[in-house]
Amino acid sequence: MINIKGLVKRYGRLTAVDGLTLDIEDNEVFGLLGSNGAGKTTTIHMLATLLKPTAGTATVNGYDIVAQPSKVRESIGIVFQAPSSDDMLTGYENLHIHALLYSVPSKGRRKRIEEVLELVGLADRKNDRVKTYSGGMRRRLEIARGLLHKPKVMFLDEPTLGLDPASRETMWRYVRRLVEEEKVTIILTTHYMEEADVLCDRIGVIDKGRIVALDTPANLKALLGGDIIRIKTPTKNALEIASKFDFVHKAEMKDGFLVLAVKDAKRSLPEILQGIEAESAEFASPTLNDVFIQLTGRNIKEEPEGGFMEKFAKYD
Amino acid sequence: MIEQHLAKVYAIWLREFKVFLREKSRLVASTFTPILWLFVIGSGIGSATSISGAPGVEYQQFIFPGIVIMSIIFSSVFYGSYIIWDRKFDFLKSVMVAPVSRGTVFVGKTLGGMTNSLVQAMILLAIGAAIGIPFTPLSVMQAVAVILLLSFGLTSLGLALGSYMYSLEGFQMIVSFVVFPLFFLSGALFPLDNLPSWLYVLTAADPATYGVSALRGTMLGVGGDPALDFAILAAYTGALGLFGIYSFKRMKAV
Repeated sequence: MINIKGLVKRYGRLTAVDGLTLDIEDNEVFGLLGSNGAGKTTTIHMLATLLKPTAGTATVNGYDIVAQPSKVRESIGIVFQAPSSDDMLTGYENLHIHALLYSVPSKGRRKRIEEVLELVGLADRKNDRVKTYSGGMRRRLEIARGLLHKPKVMFLDEPTLGLDPASRETMWRYVRRLVEEEKVTIILTTHYMEEADVLCDRIGVIDKGRIVALDTPANLKALLGGDIIRIKTPTKNALEIASKFDFVHKAEMKDGFLVLAVKDAKRSLPEILQGIEAESAEFASPTLNDVFIQLTGRNIKEEPEGGFMEKFAKYD
Repeated sequence: MIEQHLAKVYAIWLREFKVFLREKSRLVASTFTPILWLFVIGSGIGSATSISGAPGVEYQQFIFPGIVIMSIIFSSVFYGSYIIWDRKFDFLKSVMVAPVSRGTVFVGKTLGGMTNSLVQAMILLAIGAAIGIPFTPLSVMQAVAVILLLSFGLTSLGLALGSYMYSLEGFQMIVSFVVFPLFFLSGALFPLDNLPSWLYVLTAADPATYGVSALRGTMLGVGGDPALDFAILAAYTGALGLFGIYSFKRMKAV
């Protein structure tokens, strides 16, 4: 659905996106995960034809982002990081105006607007001014707006930035519903590990404008050697027994505990416990945050930069 | 195809018009200021002066066309430069990412600006009738033509200036260096016959001058040839329109 080849964006001496190459499949939910300034938003802006790449190119839905920008625009919907709906208008009016801008056929226009409002759970608030919406509602309205013209690709730039945990989970629910009901390819950027983990089929970890890792959330976590199981056991030859399981790829005794690295602890643990008597057993899965630290040597920042937009156009 | 384009222009215009109707405080404020000028300055200065070259015309009536033009200058240039806000609050980005050409957005915006100006001017024309301006159906139609023409030119100018500015401080610059000079130099408040030559040159360079002169000619029958004023104004408007569309097309989307 999207093919990116050697995409570069430079601002003077600063290179925001540095030779990005990436293929995104039909109907997948793809996450671009990275800290602030990693080049996520710049990449999205280039794919959405708002920024011209310095070098390289990409196709979206088969159209070249430089040569056929209006075809690309017809194929995509986008939710920006900062709110971009008009708060003087009602939710319905915002959608009506955008339906006209996207040439949604007049026959069925009203029905489509009602449909997307229903999808994001705003049907009962459609005639209220956007001013009175909460941050999460406003973001959902913008998702509805992006869906009006039935795009092939939907970009969500930090869809839950600035939302409280409850609204964030609501948002996740709606994003999943979107995948089921609208059959779109979704590209979302986020710097929340949990979000990438919960929503995405595949994740591209982006750092300094480059993809440093690309895989499913489970495989990325497996990069770290998978889950770690710790067992306290009176069995003398526990280490020997454990090493015989072919799903155990590392086994050692450490501080009186048997420590095992396995791909999937939930499945392996019962089997191990049949062979080894245990006084206690525990396991931990690595988080994407561990992966991120491993890949970039840095912790991902949880807070956005305090730019103008954050100060003046906050959600909630 | 054409229908789709018109629908897009209509969409941009509709948004502008709805916001205009809802921001009542803006409408009230921008209508109140010209009224203040008309009655306070008009009566105050009028009690001390008489207008040379226009016998039998009171000062308040003399400045009435100028005050109409003033309201157009303020509303049109402000309106255009409001694009700075649209950009700050990202509404503009959501339009720029839609399959809509810059030209279409530009036309929708200028139509919005012209609508605003026309509504305000109509309120003022009603007040004008009350203070004894002798309107005829023809002079009202001519006045509307002048108002729309000037409003189109100055909205374009505002959009052009706004497209170069990325901070809200730029807005204040536009007020000081564009809006007030356009108003003061237009001859809205004084006749241009006996000015020092440096000032005369400046007034001649101000597009609003021809708007004031044309309105004065059609409403009061004083001053130069309204047809000539109208022609010069049309030329200015065309040039400003081109400048506006050029600037708008080269504006960065993000």
